[in-house]
Amino acid sequence: MNSPLLQVNNVSLDYEDTSGNTKCRITVVKQISFSLAQSERCMLLGASGSGKSTLLKAIGGYIKPARGDIILDGKPILGPGPDRVMMFQEFDQLLPWHTVLGNVIFALEVSGKARGSQARDKARAAISKVKLERVAENYPHQLSGGMKQRVALARALAMEPQILLMDEPFAALDALTRTQMQEELLQLWESLRLTLIFVTHSIREALTLGSRILILSPHPGRLQADIESAPTKETMIHDILFGDHSSEVNSDDR
Amino acid sequence: MTDKIYDLEVITPDQVVEQMPLPLWQRIYEKASLRRLLILVTLLIIWQSYSTWLNNSLLFPSASETMAALFDGLRSGILVDRILTSLGVLLLGYAVGIFIAIIMAVIAMTSKLGRDLLTTLTAMFNPLPAIALLPVAMLWIGLGTGSLVFVLAHSVLWSFSLNTLAGFDGVSPTLRMVGRNYGLKGLPYVIHILIPAAFPSILTGLRLGWAFAWRTLIAAELVFGVSAGSGGLGWYIYENKNQLEIASVFAGLSSVIMIGLVVEYLVFRVIEAKTVRRWGMSI
Repeated sequence: MNSPLLQVNNVSLDYEDTSGNTKCRITVVKQISFSLAQSERCMLLGASGSGKSTLLKAIGGYIKPARGDIILDGKPILGPGPDRVMMFQEFDQLLPWHTVLGNVIFALEVSGKARGSQARDKARAAISKVKLERVAENYPHQLSGGMKQRVALARALAMEPQILLMDEPFAALDALTRTQMQEELLQLWESLRLTLIFVTHSIREALTLGSRILILSPHPGRLQADIESAPTKETMIHDILFGDHSSEVNSDDR
Repeated sequence: MTDKIYDLEVITPDQVVEQMPLPLWQRIYEKASLRRLLILVTLLIIWQSYSTWLNNSLLFPSASETMAALFDGLRSGILVDRILTSLGVLLLGYAVGIFIAIIMAVIAMTSKLGRDLLTTLTAMFNPLPAIALLPVAMLWIGLGTGSLVFVLAHSVLWSFSLNTLAGFDGVSPTLRMVGRNYGLKGLPYVIHILIPAAFPSILTGLRLGWAFAWRTLIAAELVFGVSAGSGGLGWYIYENKNQLEIASVFAGLSSVIMIGLVVEYLVFRVIEAKTVRRWGMSI
């Protein structure tokens, strides 16, 4: 294997609470290390409070690690940038004042990835990848939740990021649409070989989409297990996540 | 315009079980513009009949006398001149106020101290009627357009900056992160993300500011009279009252109302339809 695309070295993430008279530092993620090769589909799986979204935001550059460092392609991550495109759970991640096509073009132009007719062509290509050509000229508020997430995916694909960071992007969708989106994402991966980091709290989603699953334990978030994904591992993951208390917490596998 | 195009919500022709035209009166009644026109006409009729019955054009001129005075004023060019003077000063003061307000809102966004500065100043000056500053403005700046612009800017500034700040605050964290994801920072971030995302609030602020400025201007002109040789609409009203041309006073008042309506319907409603309504961001 070549040198890894992404290295997370002993990263701890704190957040500071100064609302009272005391300064309180709270550790959300503690000493996590892992590295990621090109084209891996890495799932961050954990319950609420395991810091999986926080870790994703740190890779996105929105949060500076309190300790440790995150290195992408040999360079430390200092802030957000278009080489790591985030896709969110919320439907409002599209800019409501741009059309579907406009959203993709805006992303390309403003980040300096493409200009003018080149941006337009790239945007059209990305929109056809998610099969939304017929709504290209519509505004986001006219679309259903599933369509909005597909536009967000198209926008992310058009940016050709080194890593696509997905923060529970399908969690707010209905079950049918979610399954469909998962299949489409896998098909896209087959043709594009993207590198993915995908946050989820659903064991089934992690098994469906991932090539590798990182399991985080909560309070504070620590790396509990790092396993290859395989359908046979569902019970194993269940045991890691819930141990003997599986009756206390529901896996919330909608 | 706001049609959703969900896959599952497309209606096929064989789902339509009944289709028939609405009765004429119902079609008329369903149109908001026609309903409003009806109210307006009714008010005009009441005005005309009451004034005819009163028969005292010195105290209460009729609608027809007012219209005649209005056309006289427009034809002779005096009223047009007065209106243009008022609008010129108004636009200048409005623009100055909004420019300062945007700067203040951006400063308020950058630090806690800046935010407290804006909220404290707004809490202090928002309840103060701008017109109350006119004597001081005249003392500082002198008689002339400068004082009017000062007072107008003051009338726009606080409500507009408060609305803009509230709009910026309301921009969703997701949109902020999306903007920063593309490497946007500083002024480009404000222009490409914050301002459009806050546009519903900004538009409300523009409307409120306009209404405050318009009222302040007419009041200032009534008190202040002629500035730099030519008076505005407020002065036109005051002058005609002194000459007991009450029909012309009413004509001046009607102009104030009509300009307000024109700006609301031809400027703000159009902006609203082309922006926030089209984007599905209605307030």
